[in-house]
Amino acid sequence: MMDSAVTPTQSELLTPHGKGPLIYRQSRWTRLTHWIWAFSLFFLLLSGLQIFNARPQLYIGKESGFQYDNTILQIGAESTPNGQRGFTEIFGMKFDTTGVLGLSGPEGQQRVRAFPSWATIPSYYDLGTARVVHFFFAWVLGTTLLVWLVSSLANGHLRRDLAPRVQDIRRLPQDVVDHIKLKFHHVREYNTLQKLAYGGVLFVLLPLMILTGFAMSPSMNAALPFLNDILGGRQTARTIHFTVMLLLVAFFIVHMLMILAAGPINELRSIVTGWYRTDPPARDDAERSA
Amino acid sequence: MAKFMISRRKFLTSASIGASGMMLAGCDAFDSQLGIGKGLRSFLEGANDLTHRAHRLLVGANTLAPEFSESDIRQPMRPNGVTAPDDDTYKGLLANDFADWRLEVTGLVEKPLSLTRDQLMNMPSRTQITRHDCVEGWSCIAKWTGTPLALVLDQAVVKPEARYVMFHCLDTIDKGLSGDIKYYGTIDLIDARHPQTILAYGCNGKPLPVENGAPLRVRVERQLGYKQPKYVHKIELVSGFADIGGGRGGYWEDNGYDWYGGI
Repeated sequence: MMDSAVTPTQSELLTPHGKGPLIYRQSRWTRLTHWIWAFSLFFLLLSGLQIFNARPQLYIGKESGFQYDNTILQIGAESTPNGQRGFTEIFGMKFDTTGVLGLSGPEGQQRVRAFPSWATIPSYYDLGTARVVHFFFAWVLGTTLLVWLVSSLANGHLRRDLAPRVQDIRRLPQDVVDHIKLKFHHVREYNTLQKLAYGGVLFVLLPLMILTGFAMSPSMNAALPFLNDILGGRQTARTIHFTVMLLLVAFFIVHMLMILAAGPINELRSIVTGWYRTDPPARDDAERSA
Repeated sequence: MAKFMISRRKFLTSASIGASGMMLAGCDAFDSQLGIGKGLRSFLEGANDLTHRAHRLLVGANTLAPEFSESDIRQPMRPNGVTAPDDDTYKGLLANDFADWRLEVTGLVEKPLSLTRDQLMNMPSRTQITRHDCVEGWSCIAKWTGTPLALVLDQAVVKPEARYVMFHCLDTIDKGLSGDIKYYGTIDLIDARHPQTILAYGCNGKPLPVENGAPLRVRVERQLGYKQPKYVHKIELVSGFADIGGGRGGYWEDNGYDWYGGI
């Protein structure tokens, strides 16, 4: 498995004219864990939005203010002169979000619900079932993260591919310019922004998601009471959990756009089979020096 | 090249339309597999047993839930669920300020008990300021005073075959085919004997209000609110709960909530 990443193989030697060689870029551990995450995060997101619908408000602090105001986000519905409207209120600013947030559904059968039916599991309101789905995939996600960490330490993926180097920092401005111009270098190494994005998701966002998840569990609070002290209270932890979800969704959107821009077939092949078509060496050098 | 781009765009458009159609169909199929008792759901529910075991392994039997200070009590305890039982029995007891109310301790015990509120209040008490977490997502901090459940269990002498404590309540939560459904719930003996598990008759320095479960509610501080029944009148020690109600160990559990509510 490792050998094929270094030594040229038959398919590399049979490089079609005008194309760079195929290289073995993603180990089976990287590919397997990638797809388990993708699958788990899909279910975690949709069941999570359903769980949020049970209390579509976010607070800052140890508890939820009922006699005082510590709400920073609220999604709801209200009666207006124009009939019932859905709204989203964030930091005191209120937006009409009828049709998507607060009030949604087919014409004439609109219902009061924070996130719409198409964005939740189950599609109908069911907090209990959403929790069953959410915690199942939370176990899958957490276990996969551990498997990935151990295998990536063992096979060198972390050190070789993800750890930023001094040259990555130097290359950062050029890398940003390249991304803006949608100019991609198809090489074995991740570019600086890729390293930062993947590293940020795997070492910051996902661990923070798990820790804020623990912080919401009354039983884990007994075992790890300092967690909520650090995070600013259970309701702040819940707000962070939601915010990290938004960041993960933002990552997913950018991830998809980058794959489409960089060549979806080649990118998909490398995360399915491991094999990646690189740029022809000469052209790549020319671009670098230009 | 341009030609290829267009065909690729067409491909992606039709692929995404096809995929979203499959997704919608998939969602409906998935929904129908998530009903209580369905194979997929039972499989996914296995994660709750795993969580229960993991918590029992990681969290010591007597490890306390965080307690807060007086200054953290910033509002009355938020009531939820049934807040004014409409049952005649309950209303009769309430009219007499619960003088005729008794806490029955029955089932797998050597000495069944029938305790008045005064008898309970004359036992050693514990007062704790804790955070109540509702399964819906909100939290509320309040001060609770009550009799440790462990003391009541010791007095009744629990038989070795008992595995769960079942709480029977006075409030009707639902109408079933075979009549009114009263709230009920179960916890294991580790949570039952936990030092913070109290039969609370006081809230925020006053007698427990009706909306919060008067005359008696359970506090199980390492679990969510639905595991802490209100309006309790009977405690039954059982070896299992498969033949009671929907067989899942509680009213909300029968309606799809996980039995272990520590998460």
